[in-house]
Amino acid sequence: MPQYFARSANTIYRLVLFASAGSVVVVACLGYLIVRSPYESMQNVPREQPIPFSHEHHVGGLGIDCRYCHTTVETSAFANVPPTKVCMNCHSQMWATSPTLEPVRESYRSGRSIEWTRVNDLPDFVYFNHSIHVHKGIGCETCHGRVDKMPLTWQAQPLTMEWCLNCHRHPERYVRPRDQVVTMGYKYPPNQLEVGRKLMTEYHIQSLTSCSNCHR
Amino acid sequence: MNETVQPGFVPIEALTGPRGREYWRSLDDRDAAYTPEENEQFSEEGVAVSEASRRRFLSLMAGSLALAGVTGCTRQPTETILPYVDPPENVIPGKPKYYATAAPVNGVAEGVIVESHLGRPTKVEGNPDHPANLGATSVHSQACLMDLYDPDRSREILKLGVPQTWDAFQIAWEHAIGPLAARNGAGFRILTETIVSPTLGAQIQALLKKYPGAQWHQYDPAGSHSARAASMAAFGKSINTYYNFATADIVLSLDADFLACGRASTRYAHDFAARRRQGDRLDMNRLYVVESTMTATGGKADHRLGLPYSQIEAFAAELASQLSIPGGASGSQYGFWTTRVARDLQAHKGASVVITGEHQSPAVHAYVHAINETLGNVGKTVIYTAPLEEQPVDQIASLRQLVDDMKAGRVEVLLILGGNPVYNAPVDFQFADALNHVKTSIHTGLHFNETALKTTWHLPETHFLEDWGDARAFDGTVSITQPLIAPLYDGSHSQLQLLDALIAFPGRTPYEIVRSYWGANSGAGNFEQWWRKSVHDGMIANSALPAITLAVAKNVVRTAAAAAPNDSSMEISFRPDVYMYDGRFANNMWLQELPHPMTKLTWDNAIYLSPNTAAHLGFENQQHVELQLHGRTVWGSVWILPGQPDSTATVELGWGRWHSGRAGNGAGFNAYAVRTSDALWSANGVQFRKLANPYPLASTQMQQYMEGRQVIIENTVDYYKRNPGFVPKAEHEPEENLTLYPHWDYRGYAWSMNIDLTACVNCQACVVACQAENNIAVVGKEQVLARRAMHWLRIDTYYKGVPGNPTAHYAPIPCMQCENAPCELVCPVQATNHSKDGLNDMIYNRCVGTRYCSNNCPWKVRRFNFLLFQDWTTETWKMQRNPDVSVRSRGVMEKCTYCVQRIREAEITSQDENRFIRDGEVKTACQQACPTQAIVFGDKNNPNNRVSKLKAEKLNYHMFAELNTRPRTSYLAELRNPNPEFEPGAAS
Repeated sequence: MPQYFARSANTIYRLVLFASAGSVVVVACLGYLIVRSPYESMQNVPREQPIPFSHEHHVGGLGIDCRYCHTTVETSAFANVPPTKVCMNCHSQMWATSPTLEPVRESYRSGRSIEWTRVNDLPDFVYFNHSIHVHKGIGCETCHGRVDKMPLTWQAQPLTMEWCLNCHRHPERYVRPRDQVVTMGYKYPPNQLEVGRKLMTEYHIQSLTSCSNCHR
Repeated sequence: MNETVQPGFVPIEALTGPRGREYWRSLDDRDAAYTPEENEQFSEEGVAVSEASRRRFLSLMAGSLALAGVTGCTRQPTETILPYVDPPENVIPGKPKYYATAAPVNGVAEGVIVESHLGRPTKVEGNPDHPANLGATSVHSQACLMDLYDPDRSREILKLGVPQTWDAFQIAWEHAIGPLAARNGAGFRILTETIVSPTLGAQIQALLKKYPGAQWHQYDPAGSHSARAASMAAFGKSINTYYNFATADIVLSLDADFLACGRASTRYAHDFAARRRQGDRLDMNRLYVVESTMTATGGKADHRLGLPYSQIEAFAAELASQLSIPGGASGSQYGFWTTRVARDLQAHKGASVVITGEHQSPAVHAYVHAINETLGNVGKTVIYTAPLEEQPVDQIASLRQLVDDMKAGRVEVLLILGGNPVYNAPVDFQFADALNHVKTSIHTGLHFNETALKTTWHLPETHFLEDWGDARAFDGTVSITQPLIAPLYDGSHSQLQLLDALIAFPGRTPYEIVRSYWGANSGAGNFEQWWRKSVHDGMIANSALPAITLAVAKNVVRTAAAAAPNDSSMEISFRPDVYMYDGRFANNMWLQELPHPMTKLTWDNAIYLSPNTAAHLGFENQQHVELQLHGRTVWGSVWILPGQPDSTATVELGWGRWHSGRAGNGAGFNAYAVRTSDALWSANGVQFRKLANPYPLASTQMQQYMEGRQVIIENTVDYYKRNPGFVPKAEHEPEENLTLYPHWDYRGYAWSMNIDLTACVNCQACVVACQAENNIAVVGKEQVLARRAMHWLRIDTYYKGVPGNPTAHYAPIPCMQCENAPCELVCPVQATNHSKDGLNDMIYNRCVGTRYCSNNCPWKVRRFNFLLFQDWTTETWKMQRNPDVSVRSRGVMEKCTYCVQRIREAEITSQDENRFIRDGEVKTACQQACPTQAIVFGDKNNPNNRVSKLKAEKLNYHMFAELNTRPRTSYLAELRNPNPEFEPGAAS
């Protein structure tokens, strides 16, 4: 009986075997990369808003303190988005007829909230608390990036659990003096690890990695 | 025992076996007929097994595994943020606010503090300053949120089922009342429940002033009818009685379940437990209970005697005669008891309490007045005040007169303010038929209930958390109730507002009504200041009614001595349900699923029979029967209740609603169907007929069974005095290093809990509090039957002794937060891990639902979401949820977390303020609700903390210590204080 396949078929057969095994690995790796990519995490994607609010202008240009608008950042888990009335503090006088700001005035007149799109959105099973991070000397910039350079706001960090733990395991790398918390473009000293450890003692910073610190 | 085993190790076998059956959960369990094979871990009942083939199963599994992977790749949906336009003052998003108000519970007010997240009330706590509860709560206060957010609440004004406007109602009202106004309003009647709100009372009087010919009737199916009749007989007027258990050395309860239900039970339980702990428990009070069914209070008694309802009076009469009270009947039927109890009471004159239940006969109430007077308790432990009711009347006579007038056509306009008489009026009154003779009938209520179905008009009421009002507590203290949220439904009005409109349309707002009433009646110099303080405090300072002294008429008129029931002439007694009360809470899912204290029944009531009587009648447990009473019948299932007196049946009122909403409809049977006005609380001659169809009852009593291991450790105070170290410790607990776990040094906080078994009275307030705080789902009767109830905390009821008259022991079982947790080791995905402060964390988003952890938990405290138990669609329930706790979905394990959200919140607050957490700053939800303060929580690393001190007590023990899981939750062994004279062989 003649052979159906030539000897070379063995090679093809092996190739196919290895390729199919390899493709599983490749697909898995690709999936992993996609999940962690900015495409999935929405990192660095400027988000459209009802009003093209520019942190670059308000923070970078005018130098308004973060806490002028985000008033509850030091007291609450939630750093509030400012009420319309806070916008109107200035904009009843400045750019009071600008068509861009019409949604603000409309909200003020009607009493209906402006619907902002959430930029930094943690999953609902994560309980993040702003006040304690600010209190322990974690800069706004550390998580939110250089908002003073964002014409439209985007998410500056991946906000994955790995990223959170990176700091929770080594707070000394990121902690800064409390009076520098709202500073944009803070320059860490060359001996940051040493300074960080000192600040950790001073501010009673623990490395909190228990599950229930964030998940309840 | 193997010689090589290390000292201190006790094999499990030595501690289980026959000893486990000393404390039993059911009669089968007692006879050791209950086998572990029936345990939930091995139970297949209720588990939906599909008929799918193996191949189909595999393909489905492969598909779902692939899909499970894909779900990890979904992008988060885009969310929006809606900031305030003009923020209210002092509101910080993310921080809850707390407001004081008062919850109407069992007809009186209980002071509460309500937690509000951005305007949504999410949790009710007790008001520490309020005398009715001193910071604890009853089950009803906890569960009232379910009523507020009940999606079946009535939302619009209806006329014969057709939606109407408020203006249309005004026109119809004027049209109806117009012809009557000329006759001074004759033909206009108001029917209310018992009114304890001063403003509402004044409003009704104002309406009656406008229509002098009108009449005000009152009816409360579970009201204090007997107490009123007795006080009329004893004092010639209506009075209010309350008790001070804090100074009572001896308590005799004649059929009163005062620790777990009824007016002021929260306060009574608090005082009772405080007195039980007096002098390091060596100076403990003593509780005698004589009762007609097994109650939580009876289970707690040092001596309990089960007597048929009708024989309690004979007992009281004999006791009165022992105390030389005229009118007492000498007899020796209960001589063993009465002589000893009388001696004990006489030895504690002025420091004892004799109390009886609202449902007992007027004669028993009269005896109790006379006995308390003779013992010198009045003014010390028994306080008389003016009545709480705005207008106390004989409610049965009041309703009878109304019904007679209705039938005779003398009632043209009937205003039914709240209540549900079509459902709960005595059946012989035929209230529903009488309604047909009324031209215009108006019903107001939270729900479009059975009565609303029969009236021409229905007006939705606002919930007490939605409107202004006021109410009196058990001692007369007035609370001004403030709203926590604007009314959810536009069509709803409060009773105050409606009455004001009926006096003169359009009427004032409830705020104006309450304020103007107190403006005229506060007697305060600076009213604004007085008002702000009263609203802020949740009560009006010093508004308790003053104690009055009365001459007690000691000549008790006995009812003709009733013959004791026997198996051919059985007796039935009716009780308001511990949770449903008179039926008003029927659509409250939390209360429906809350296990009853002594039976652990959920979603149903039952006919309670004693083991002997059931055997005599040939009934198994859960036998479906027809109950026949004087020609009327109702169908229900039998529950064999240890401790129920022979030849008696007890049924609970408040069930079998047919128009209450999705939860209450069809749950249980309607005992009102056989309750007549001449036998409100008890009747003779009840008969049963077996029915063929089975009707299973969902009881959790035998669920989460712990293999008969020793759960309870208890003894008497005398024994404790002689053997202070009787709680086994050294031989019981293995050495600390006897473990394969790596050693972990708990520095910083070490959260732990202590539960005092002497104090727990099985009221279940902790269970509802836990449910409210932790977003725990309600599963429904079928799933409870399948052993899938989700409560994180349960109270196990154990019986001990003979089935006819056992003692009961209560063990609240939360997660033990073991340091060497068996659940953690077996989780394949690391979804349950240990925190640095010793908590056994559960991470829902990691859980894949293998249930290994639950399998490995000796306490069976882990609960699994077999199905999507959480309601993700009903809008109103979303508003109740605690935003600090994840809402769990299907396929996820969950369990008690020690309210970790509260711990973390306190940690953050304390660190923001640069200090340590103070002792008592973190309270778990169960601890906060507990009336007896049986649960204490705190950091055990600080020896000065309360929990550390309790753990250092000699009575402290760890449940299943032999397993060496090193639980963080420990227990104080239960102590009782029996009378040595009751010992067999003691001098009579």
